[in-house]
Amino acid sequence: MTRLVARLLQRLLGRLPIGWLQLTHNRTRLAAALAGVAFANILIFIQLGFLGALIESIGLPYRMMNAEILVAASDANTLSDGSPLPRQRLYQTLAVPGVSAATAVYYNRLDWKQPDGTIRTLDVFGIDPSTQAFRSGEINAELDRLKLSDTALIDRKTRNVPRDLFPSIGAGRPYQFEANNRSITVVGTFEIGGGFAADGYLVVSDQTFLRLFKRRVPGAPNMIFVKVEPGVPAATVVERLRAALPDSDTTVRTVAEAVASDQRFQTTQKPIGIVFGFGIVIGVLVGVIVVYQVLSSDVADHLREYATFKAIGYKRGFFLGIVFEEALVLALLGFIPGLAIALLLYQVIAASTGLPITMPGTRPLLVLLGTLAMCTLSGAIATRRLERADPADLF
Amino acid sequence: MQTLPSIAQPRAQDEPPIVVSGLSHWFGEGDVRKQALGDIHLAVARGQLVMLMGASGSGKTTLLTLIGCLREVQEGSIRLLGRELKGASADRLVESRRRLGFIFQAHNLHESLTAHQNVRMGLDVHEGVPETEREDAAAHVLALLGLGDRATYLPANLSGGQKQRVAIARALVGNPDVIFADEPTAALDKDSGYDVVALLKRLARARGTTILMVTHDNRILGLCDRIVTLQDGRIVRDEKSETS
Repeated sequence: MTRLVARLLQRLLGRLPIGWLQLTHNRTRLAAALAGVAFANILIFIQLGFLGALIESIGLPYRMMNAEILVAASDANTLSDGSPLPRQRLYQTLAVPGVSAATAVYYNRLDWKQPDGTIRTLDVFGIDPSTQAFRSGEINAELDRLKLSDTALIDRKTRNVPRDLFPSIGAGRPYQFEANNRSITVVGTFEIGGGFAADGYLVVSDQTFLRLFKRRVPGAPNMIFVKVEPGVPAATVVERLRAALPDSDTTVRTVAEAVASDQRFQTTQKPIGIVFGFGIVIGVLVGVIVVYQVLSSDVADHLREYATFKAIGYKRGFFLGIVFEEALVLALLGFIPGLAIALLLYQVIAASTGLPITMPGTRPLLVLLGTLAMCTLSGAIATRRLERADPADLF
Repeated sequence: MQTLPSIAQPRAQDEPPIVVSGLSHWFGEGDVRKQALGDIHLAVARGQLVMLMGASGSGKTTLLTLIGCLREVQEGSIRLLGRELKGASADRLVESRRRLGFIFQAHNLHESLTAHQNVRMGLDVHEGVPETEREDAAAHVLALLGLGDRATYLPANLSGGQKQRVAIARALVGNPDVIFADEPTAALDKDSGYDVVALLKRLARARGTTILMVTHDNRILGLCDRIVTLQDGRIVRDEKSETS
């Protein structure tokens, strides 16, 4: 195998693949180097996976909205923060040409105490059960039951709940639990998927919502889902709404814009997004340091041979070629186990957390390119040691 | 004897390949500046095997590295293969070294390359040689040195004498005009040392290659054409060998 690669590289490089031969000559060092590169790759993949899961999970509830436009409070950066809106904005919205429907939606976070004493956090949406606020057929099929006091629908992807809970509800056995001094009856399920802040979602009627959260009032919903008349561009209606609604307390965006804004805010302003970004940087640094250590000690160990080649008449470009050849070999060979282990870890993390952690096709390519750049940078730093190879010192 | 596939290189036919005149060299600066060579004059004819002898610190290695284009000439003149080295750029020194062969006291073979690959390194520095010709030349010169059956061996699996013969093969394979050898027998026993230098001389002579060799080894004096002795940076004796 080693010889086969050596022959292939020799054809590719048009010279003896000295970098490859040096690396494979010392198998222990090669294994340590590959482990280091693979570790850096895993670190980067995991951080990118978490960052991707964060971005994906932010978009999940938005994609469920049966709306093209979202009206929210002007200080709302995400779905879960911001002040309530005056209900008057709903009526103003309905009066704008091009709006076919609008519905007020309440939002709050609920702590759900489990029988074992642990707490699950649910994002609760309070909707008008006479309208189809969400696209989910499962939610819309149960709207009449939501009209009953203190009934709810729960996200089947809610984390850390008894395994038989959702099949039992699906089989027609409602589940009751206590929260905020009220007894809630879960009569059905739907599917969104939990994010980083909450374990899952709960959908209730606006009346149930106001009973569940006693400090909330009917005149102050959190957002308004707006449907646009067929044939009217959403951007046109957004402009009209912005003109009609005071920007002192409202912000009007298409749902797509709202998702992008929320994702941007959470990945650049919130600690969790920044931490993942730092994780990627640390992964790159680990890779650079590991590869530099390997390459620079390799150069140091072969200074006499390099000095001999200098004496023979090889120029600087030849030695740079060897070091970069080693850097590229390390990048490529370290990437393969790094990717394989990262894919395995993605599955483990997705299964244990319910986070939408997946490997898009472009990510391995980007990480590979980053790894090549990382190893090339390390190689460039390591080549400084080549200057010490003075052929006159050989005599 | 077979000849190696040759690399077309111009050879200066009108003057000796090595002409040194008024050469002086110093190491260090200021108070610690020390003269290593003083007013050296030397001309070496084509095909000669010249041994540089002298005590440690006499300047023989400095002279070898200066003629071998491994140091810049400070004062005086060195004409190597018809070209002046004083004032030559670093690039031109490198280019000049491609027409030379080097054999070191420590063989300095690359540990991860086979004997064949190590020899090829002496040839790969030259451009425009077809791949098959490189392969054939490396195999041929190894065979000439009696190492045909060791071509795929790594240096770690070769004896001291075999390693030094691979180093000689590496120096010879590029068909150099001049070979510089530094104590090539130091790590070898008496018989191996003599055999290695005898072989080197035979192969070099067949191809008109000049050899400049630094040595303390009296056992191989009989093989040389000329002995130049240095003392305190000056040539104190320059004599033809009785056996030449």
